[in-house]
Amino acid sequence: MERYDVITGNDAAAWGARLSRVEVIAAYPITPQTTIVEKLAEWVDKGEMDARYIAVESEHSAMSATMGASAAGARAFTATASQGFLYMLEMISWAAGARTPIVMAVVNRALGPPWNIWSEHTDALMARDTGWIQFWASNNQEALDSIIQAYRVAEDKRVILPAMVMLEGFVLSHTAMPVKIHDQSKVDQYLPPYNPPHYVLNPKLSEPFAYGNILFPWDYVKVRLAIQKAMENSVDVIKQAAREFQEIFGIWHGDLIKEAYTDDAEVLIFALGTVAEQAEATAELLRKDGYKVGVVKVRVTRPFPKPEIAKLASKVSHVIVIDRDISFGWDGILAGEIKATLHDYKVDTPVTTKIMGIGGDDILPEHIEKAVKEVYNK
Amino acid sequence: MTKTILDELIEADEFLLPGNTACPGCGSTLALRYALKALGKDTVLVIPASCSSVYQAIYPKVSFKVITFNVAFASAAAVASGVKQALVKKGYEDVNVAVWGGDGGLIDIGAATVSGAAERNEDIFVFVYDNEAYMNTGIQRSGSTPPGARTTTTPLGKIVGFKKPMSFLMLLHGVPYVATANVAYPTDLYEKVKRAKKIKGFKFIHIFAPCPPGWRFDDSKTIEVARLAVETGYWILWEGGYRDGKLNLTLSPPSRPYKDPSKRKPLEEFLKYQGRFRGFDEESLKRLRNWIDYQWSFIDNLAGK
Repeated sequence: MERYDVITGNDAAAWGARLSRVEVIAAYPITPQTTIVEKLAEWVDKGEMDARYIAVESEHSAMSATMGASAAGARAFTATASQGFLYMLEMISWAAGARTPIVMAVVNRALGPPWNIWSEHTDALMARDTGWIQFWASNNQEALDSIIQAYRVAEDKRVILPAMVMLEGFVLSHTAMPVKIHDQSKVDQYLPPYNPPHYVLNPKLSEPFAYGNILFPWDYVKVRLAIQKAMENSVDVIKQAAREFQEIFGIWHGDLIKEAYTDDAEVLIFALGTVAEQAEATAELLRKDGYKVGVVKVRVTRPFPKPEIAKLASKVSHVIVIDRDISFGWDGILAGEIKATLHDYKVDTPVTTKIMGIGGDDILPEHIEKAVKEVYNK
Repeated sequence: MTKTILDELIEADEFLLPGNTACPGCGSTLALRYALKALGKDTVLVIPASCSSVYQAIYPKVSFKVITFNVAFASAAAVASGVKQALVKKGYEDVNVAVWGGDGGLIDIGAATVSGAAERNEDIFVFVYDNEAYMNTGIQRSGSTPPGARTTTTPLGKIVGFKKPMSFLMLLHGVPYVATANVAYPTDLYEKVKRAKKIKGFKFIHIFAPCPPGWRFDDSKTIEVARLAVETGYWILWEGGYRDGKLNLTLSPPSRPYKDPSKRKPLEEFLKYQGRFRGFDEESLKRLRNWIDYQWSFIDNLAGK
């Protein structure tokens, strides 16, 4: 039965996996992801979830086992954060190459050293070149819903790529807020069982075949280009998945982006996850003082919503990108992507990068206000 | 006339096709051929980076007639765990899921993964074909290289380490089946895989697989070198495991005579064929003898006198 509950982001992510009827979970604990996998393990142990839980010995193995399960035809799930994410990065890349439509929750956390368990986006952004679809949740409801949507997109036969859903450490993972836990039958209607459109690792269902053996450059290029094509296909699939989600569940989190106050905006703020949520709240305050600020939540970073971003940026006099991440020696990572996009689309709106909230440092309304006022006073 | 086990081995279906891209005299392909004959068609192979990623042939050709999944170096036993768990979840518990890799992939870089799968007692096979170095990348030393052997990263035969006793380590995990094998004893290997198939849980089979280019011997001598490893006591054939509350370890018939050191051929006979032991000095020889003694004493202690 559909109901509301006040739960943390991690519990919401666990519910997302449960309602998606995942069949195999392989995971390794890391703060602040732990309560996701603890919850799932509890449900599996109590028989409330019909899944196999593999308590593996590392994140590298978590992704390996998840990939193996998916390649054998099961709906597979895992979750990680930070160092764990980096430790599994080799297999993150392999899972995309193997075209396994896994969904993974990534609870964003800063990288060491020094040790820091709080929020930062740099971890997941390091995997933007691997062939994974990347969703960013800005509240607990979106964490739950994005996992369900991510399976819809990942398993679509035009896509067949893994997808990760990001939620920020502590800001969401350990903060309780009201979340609608959907009726299972509605989720089943939205997300049918996984039916692989290709051979699976099961001799009872597939002829003998080899996946991933050596091939020459001219064939390798075809295989890798197919990933690029699948990414391109995923744009429409993500939009359709968001639309149909809204029809069935009455909730709209945006598709590749979500706009707020963009209609008459003079300055646009671009950000990911809860940073965008914070920017939206700040924009509401700034508008009372006459600053026409709009906010674009970049909900999906792969595939990157280039035309949408270029179009919105072309209509304003200035763009501010708030990055809770940094590419040392380059720029904020999101800012770099947006600048490249604007160049591609010949949009000459100036872009200011603001790097904030590194290692979980608070991003307060006054920080965002200051950034906006600087732009207005230029 | 009743069929011998050799007849059965010869007649069993082939799943390694001829015309593959292995080197002449390859020990690993012999081992795979016998293992697959025992495993049969309902098998999924999970293969980390290794010679077997190469000798399965180049796309779009393939020389394995079973489903094969190529995976990253350190990941194989974890991937296999996921494959098996998914198959069980889907109701296909009787499919064999087998990791097939070298000593580099399963004794060095992937050892933690193998240990994790063993500790969880995953219902999978892990086969190591041990050719005692990273052969596919060009004969670099691994944790399974015997001390004093020349490799491209121990070019003068410097003594490093003590050849990691991976099969003993597996036995200490308390898994139900661990065995060693050797390509010169195909029926012993075949029967071990057959027995392992009947056991639910983690099965580790460690196969001695000489490598002519890597060990620098003539490719017509693979079987002789492999046999001498057993006859000199260097490689010991045994099987065991922790089943029904008991730890078992028994010497396999081909190795039984060599429990008595006086029955063993001189170690030099095994060494002399192989360029990797060229210039072997007294110190290296002593180290290698220590290693052999260490193995026998471990087995003696477990197998009982």
